[in-house]
Amino acid sequence: MSKGKFGIHGGQYIPETLMNAINELETAYNNFKNDEHFNKEFTFLLNEYAGRPSRLYYAKNATEKLGGAKIYLKREDLNHTGSHKINNVLGQILLAKKMGKTRVIAETGAGQHGVAVATASALFGMKCEIFMGEEDTKRQSLNVFRMRLLGAKVYAVKNGTKTLKDAISETMREWSRRIDDTFYVLGSATGPYPYPQIVRDFQSVISKEIKEQLFEKESKLPSAVIACVGGGSNAIGAFYNFINDKDVKLIGCEAAGKGIDTLETAATIAKGKLGILHGMKSYFCQTDDGQISPVYSISAGLDYPGIGPEHAYLHDTKRAQYIPVTDDEAIEAFEFLSKTEGIIPAMESSHAIYHAMKIAPKMKKEEILVVCISGRGDKDVAMIAKHRGVNANE
Amino acid sequence: MNKITEIFKNNKALIIYLTAGDSSIDKTEEQILTIAKNGADLIEIGIPFSDPVADGKIIRDAMARALSKNIKLDDIFNMVKNVRKKSDIPLVFMTYLNPLLFYGYERFFKRCSEIGINGLIIPDMPLEEQDEVKSFADEYNITIITLIAPTSKERISVLARQAKGFIYFISSLGVTGVRNKITTNLSAVISEIRKVTDIPVAVGFGISTAEQACEIIKYADGVIIGSAAVKIIAENKKNTVLKLAEYIAEIKRGMTS
Repeated sequence: MSKGKFGIHGGQYIPETLMNAINELETAYNNFKNDEHFNKEFTFLLNEYAGRPSRLYYAKNATEKLGGAKIYLKREDLNHTGSHKINNVLGQILLAKKMGKTRVIAETGAGQHGVAVATASALFGMKCEIFMGEEDTKRQSLNVFRMRLLGAKVYAVKNGTKTLKDAISETMREWSRRIDDTFYVLGSATGPYPYPQIVRDFQSVISKEIKEQLFEKESKLPSAVIACVGGGSNAIGAFYNFINDKDVKLIGCEAAGKGIDTLETAATIAKGKLGILHGMKSYFCQTDDGQISPVYSISAGLDYPGIGPEHAYLHDTKRAQYIPVTDDEAIEAFEFLSKTEGIIPAMESSHAIYHAMKIAPKMKKEEILVVCISGRGDKDVAMIAKHRGVNANE
Repeated sequence: MNKITEIFKNNKALIIYLTAGDSSIDKTEEQILTIAKNGADLIEIGIPFSDPVADGKIIRDAMARALSKNIKLDDIFNMVKNVRKKSDIPLVFMTYLNPLLFYGYERFFKRCSEIGINGLIIPDMPLEEQDEVKSFADEYNITIITLIAPTSKERISVLARQAKGFIYFISSLGVTGVRNKITTNLSAVISEIRKVTDIPVAVGFGISTAEQACEIIKYADGVIIGSAAVKIIAENKKNTVLKLAEYIAEIKRGMTS
């Protein structure tokens, strides 16, 4: 019997070699997820090590400039290691430790997840190996060095499109080579059950805090929550505690790259079809023969041909809306937030900011828009400089 | 008796894998006929997929070569149709679930049965996810081959009990590829399987030499050779068929002597 479905999506489409490992993970997670001791330790790490709760910042300048809804920014960029990725990583590494594992492996796209895993591995004294597409190691060379500095081994994956998709495949292969002492720390709300659920639960602290913080400041719910979506971990974290609040619009912004009418796009909901990859059934960008399409986005973290199964389900049931945002639009938002608020957001998060810039002016002044700033943009500065024809290293 | 099971009746079976369209789709046809003529008992035809997570570099590269030639499912079906005019050797497809889902499960199984495919091996479809294709497999009489891994442990009896055709025992952890040594305790796993079923067991992953094959058939009913055959195709742009014939015949000789 298929397990862990969100409507028709999800499941466990993995080789038999990994089935017992995934069952072991499921058992361990079910044991610990409601365990008081485990949760106490997890919360301690989130607060004392990662610096939570992250701020919910009222972006007064941006609000006035856009002249509509009140804009709040959920500052995941202020977390230790600079993104929301640390939330899930601390949870999974703690779980790995409880399971007696001594070595962790992980994929990374932009390098934010890889840096978080390398960081937590250093803290917990775990061996750490990171798989990153060769193309991404070039786009995000600073993060490669950060991971090595933290004691991790980084492998440049040279298969296929040499990006996140291939890094995930290679991490799955590595897991099937060595299972006993190894825990696969999956970074997005993707993969076989129970990963999408685990990642969502560990990231749901984002929406839990938004709700509490906004209640304290405004005594009401937001009109909409906006987050960027690649695999969708920060988005599912930002949405989760609002799913039952039907009046709160949930909006995911996916990477349209050079436009959804071009081949250089990664907008899965706009362009994808039902498919199976990396252990899950969900929507994937595909060719007319059922091959996974090469995708493209300026931001390495959104450069993935699929989307997490729970997002596919939220799309099917129309509970959430998914909007494509192009490279150029994201760059515009990146510059807008930097200049208006003095906050340099990650290119990934800039996709969400752009949509906020678009809809805020059309909303009423008493309405509230929450945008998840999933990470900070320092890693993207050199790339933006290059995009403008400036060599930042000179 | 299931046509696949029959190959194990009077001898230890040799199963050879190749990727469709690796050289060209016409050459694949020629290669299949050569493999059949030189002693293989069953041929596994790989349908290329862009993201083969259970495959090592050799088969991955073969799939990428085939895709770069723009090989489509219908080209492969037509090729198999031609093979069937000349050979009745049992044929199974090896591929990943996505191309089937995309083509349409029912349409895929129907087409398989029309062209004379006997079975299907899908590494990313564990027992837990077989429900969605099972009714079509039954309706069109396509045998879904059960894979058992060195890590299957207590799953072995459940997996073995529902197996049809033959059981594909994965000799080693990791992905497909040529290995110098098989370290899994084959006799222990096979006797575990034997407790619940008489279905033949063939061993694959890592096997490349006649010597390895001989060692394995001491315990198992057959061997599966994939990457080593694909490597011969990749490395011999000329004389491919001749080299392939020599290699298959050598393994088969080793297994019967």
